[in-house]
Formats: sequence, structure tokens, C-alpha cells
Amino acid sequence: MRQADLIVLGAGPAGTEAALAASAAGLDVVLVEEAQAAGGQVWRAPYPGLALPKPDEDATAGAALRDRLVASRVETHFNARAWSVNTLPEGGFRLDAATESGPLSLAAPRLVAATGAVERVIPFPGWTLPGVVGLAAATVMLKAQAVLPGQRVVVAGCGPLLAAVAAKILASGGEVVAVVDRASRAEWLAATRHLATRPRLLARGLGWALRIAGRRVPVLFGHAIHAAEGQDVLEAVQVAPLATDGSFAAAPPRRFMADALCVGDGLVPGAEIPRLLRAPMRFDRTLGGWVPQVDAEGRTSIPGLFAVGDGALLRGQAPAVHAGRLAGLAAAHDAGRSDAAAFAQASAADHAALATLAPFAAAVSRLMALRPGAVRAIAPTTVVCRCEDVTRGMIDAAFEDGAREVNQLKHFTRCGMGPCQGRSCGDVAAEILAARVGSREAAGCWTGRPPLRPVPLADLLGEFDYADIPIPAPAPL
Amino acid sequence: MTSRRIPGATRPAEVAFTYAGTPQRAPTGEALATALACAGVLGLRRSPAAGTPRGAFCFMGSCQECLVLVDGVPRQACLVPVRPGLDVQPVPDAMP
Repeated sequence: MRQADLIVLGAGPAGTEAALAASAAGLDVVLVEEAQAAGGQVWRAPYPGLALPKPDEDATAGAALRDRLVASRVETHFNARAWSVNTLPEGGFRLDAATESGPLSLAAPRLVAATGAVERVIPFPGWTLPGVVGLAAATVMLKAQAVLPGQRVVVAGCGPLLAAVAAKILASGGEVVAVVDRASRAEWLAATRHLATRPRLLARGLGWALRIAGRRVPVLFGHAIHAAEGQDVLEAVQVAPLATDGSFAAAPPRRFMADALCVGDGLVPGAEIPRLLRAPMRFDRTLGGWVPQVDAEGRTSIPGLFAVGDGALLRGQAPAVHAGRLAGLAAAHDAGRSDAAAFAQASAADHAALATLAPFAAAVSRLMALRPGAVRAIAPTTVVCRCEDVTRGMIDAAFEDGAREVNQLKHFTRCGMGPCQGRSCGDVAAEILAARVGSREAAGCWTGRPPLRPVPLADLLGEFDYADIPIPAPAPL
Repeated sequence: MTSRRIPGATRPAEVAFTYAGTPQRAPTGEALATALACAGVLGLRRSPAAGTPRGAFCFMGSCQECLVLVDGVPRQACLVPVRPGLDVQPVPDAMP
């Protein structure tokens, strides 16, 4: 067991900054990450040996972060799948991960959970077809693999990622047949005032929009995917206009032939560590859903447990950097490495930056928040839980049978019980139930349980020889 | 969806591996899910309950849809880098 001062789980912008800040303040820090390099999704590293034709701002910022990490004293474990986090009886935490070189066990009095968000997709008929991928998946293909998702691509969902993905596909020589945005033009106009608080990002967004307009790609505001068609793979996409409540308007869908559909309806905080350790949570639609209760430096209600970044409060990359640094500084302060005055001085700039960034983050979160009308419009025969093929009708039937809370729903239907452990369907399934039981608070959230990821048993055991296991001599007969 | 490698990027040398016994080539280090998508292999398995075709969906290790057997061990194709000589097989239908 490796003893450290601080464990950081997740090497995106928040986790890496937390690790760097705590390490610089004198703590012995171990950083654990599932991917093969730091950067998270926004600053995702190209795989080793791949050089992008035109590295963008995100690629440059990610490379700078990775350079700082290499130059630091932070101990890093990449390709490590954390499957268990426990609180220890004497206080502090134990983390277990499966790595390529065998099991990894860490213990520390403090732990920063920076596990990022997962993408929400509002289900539609055909969304399980191969060829339908997440919007965030498209960014991974483009940024980390330099691959276009398909030959004829429909980009759909909501939020700024839509234009980013569509523009990147066009700039890389691909074809986008339509951009389908749940938000209306009026919603974007209302958001512009707040988006203008970060002029460089707004200009970047306008650049994407100009590129899309310049290529005469149809941009359908106030529309959503009605269905995906295909036998064994995606062949066509039906797109329909939305009513003001977010459900489908009574108008016939338009059909686009496409071999790839990149769709994402916002992000949900992957707050699995706080849930697993039973930290008090609260539901906030504009922060992505169920989030842990944290103080200004990311401390949860469990002593020593911090939660930062999009896995805690959905605010995006720039706030995640500052929130991560604050948690790192706070962990060092709590460990006695700085007095109150020094801590206040060191953290002042990050607190101020978070306040400045708040209006932009809130405006983007509003554009990406779950729209209850969109969930109401899901047809009874549409699959909600991909792993277990649980349909909307089965969820409603479970309510009729007495399921009043999402964990009961899980027991009744197996919704959320498959290998993704409810990451893909949880937010939407809870919203469906909430419409029946009155509120998201009443519907609750999944109870966190180990293993955090499906891990082959052989990966947990590591390599050993049965002959080496001490077995006491059998009792005499 | 036949994915396409963006021209102009510098990539590591292509190496050979097999999928369901069929020879494939892709740059070393590229995610297996991407390499298969570029080869036109999209459907990787069938869902255990309804038996509908599934392929890589989230590309970041969350959704578990791209499960394949890599040298006999269940792995997510989106997280496994291509290496020379990998033996990749679809999971048997009966496997959860």
C-alpha cells in the first residue's frame, strides 16, 4: 500500500491543477487517471506518435498542462481504472485501481475526486444503432485520433459543443449534412449577453458559426433528432421541430441521409465518488443534476474528501482550473502546510477568477440543461437504458407497480444495473420517474456502489502463485 | 459510419492485427474502436437483452458498448491502443 498525503482521482484540468497546487505546497501527491495521459476530455492528448495537422488552442493548453505535470513531483498513474474508494476506520481514504502492471492500492488522509462529467443523450428510436455516437465522442475522435466520425455527419443536441464539432469536421475536410440544435435562436440571443463576458471564447464560437454558415450547412435551431434509421448501422436521421416546452411540435420530420450522427444533450456531473462515500448531495438542474454539497474550496461534507471540476459542479474548463487549484491549496492548508493568512493570500486570485467566470458558465449550463419537455416526448417503445434494453414504457410500468425512487426503479426493471452502471441513462430515467413522483429530489439518485468500473477479476488479483498462499495445516481428523 | 483518418496528420507506422480472424491494419497507438470504425467495422456486439446491434458510443470508457475480447480478455475497444499482432474477437452473444 502506497501511503501519500493526497490522492487525486482524474487528471483533467481540475484534477491536474489540484495535484500540481498541492504538490507545489509540499504535499506528497498521487494522481490516478483512466486515460493514457492528462488533459481530460477538453484537453485530450493525441495518442503517442500522432501529430495533429493544425493544433488548436485546446491542444496547446493541454500540452502545456502535461509539461507542467511532468516537471512536477506529482506521482502519476495512467491507464489506471479506479474501481474502489473507501473511507478508512482511522480516517482518510483507500483507493484501489486496476493498472496494466497489476493492482494499485493507495491510502491518504485526503482525496480529491475530479472525475469529470458524462454526456447526456435524450433517447430516440434508433439511438443504439452503430454509427450513432456521442458529441463528446466526436471530439475524442477529432482531437485525440485525428479521425472524422463518418462521411456524411449530422451533429445534434445542445450547447457550444455542437458548433465546435461541426466546425472541426468541416475544417478537417469532412461533410456535415445538418446541425440540429435544441435551443432556439431566441435562447442563444438571450445567452449572448453573458457569453460576451468572455470575448475571446465568444469570438471563437462566432468563428465556428461563420465556418458552418460559409459552407451552407443547414443549421436547424429549435429542432431535435426524432429517429435514427438503419438495419445494422445508421443510414438516415429524422429531424423534427420542437414546441416551446421542448417536446416535438406537430410537424412532419425532415430526413437526412447520414452515416454518422454525433449527438449530445448536455453533460451530467460524474459525482460517483461522493455518491459512493455517501456525501450529502443536492439537485441543481443548472449544474447538470445531482451534485455534492461543497464549500468554496471544494470540500464535501466528508472530512478530507474534495470534489472539483465538472464531476462536482458543471461549469466547464476555465472554472475547473481554478476550482482544482483551490482544492489543492486547501488540501495543503488543511494538512498544516500553510497558515490561514498564507492560504487566504494564495487562494484569493482563484476565488476572484471563479467569480468573474461565473456568468459565462451559468449561461452555457442553461443552454445544456435537461429540458423536461424533451423527456416527456420520449416514446413508450424507446430504449432508455442501453445496457439492459429497458424502455420508457417499462419505466412507467414500474411506477404503476409501485417504484417511487430510482433505486426501486433499478430493482424493478434492471434500468441502470448494466455494465455502464447507469452512467448513460441515469439522468433521463430519474427525470421520467420525477415527472410521476413530483420532483427530482423525490426520485433521488442511484446509490453509488463498488466496483466503480467493471473490472475483470484477473486484473484485481494480479499475478500470484497458488503455492505461495500460506494455508494452515488441516485439523487432524 | 465509415470513419476516415484526417489527411495531413503525422501518424505512427501502421501495424497488423486481426478482428474476428480478419487481417486489419492501423497506426500503432490508435484506439481500437477508431481503427475498426476506419475499417468499416461498426457493429461490435449485440445487446444481451434485446439482441440489437451495438458499437462504440461514448469513446471515453463510460458506456461499455464497445466491449471486445483482446487476446482473450474483455476490454473496451475505445481504451485499448492498437499494437502489432492483437487478436481481437467479438464477445460471445451469451456473455453479459
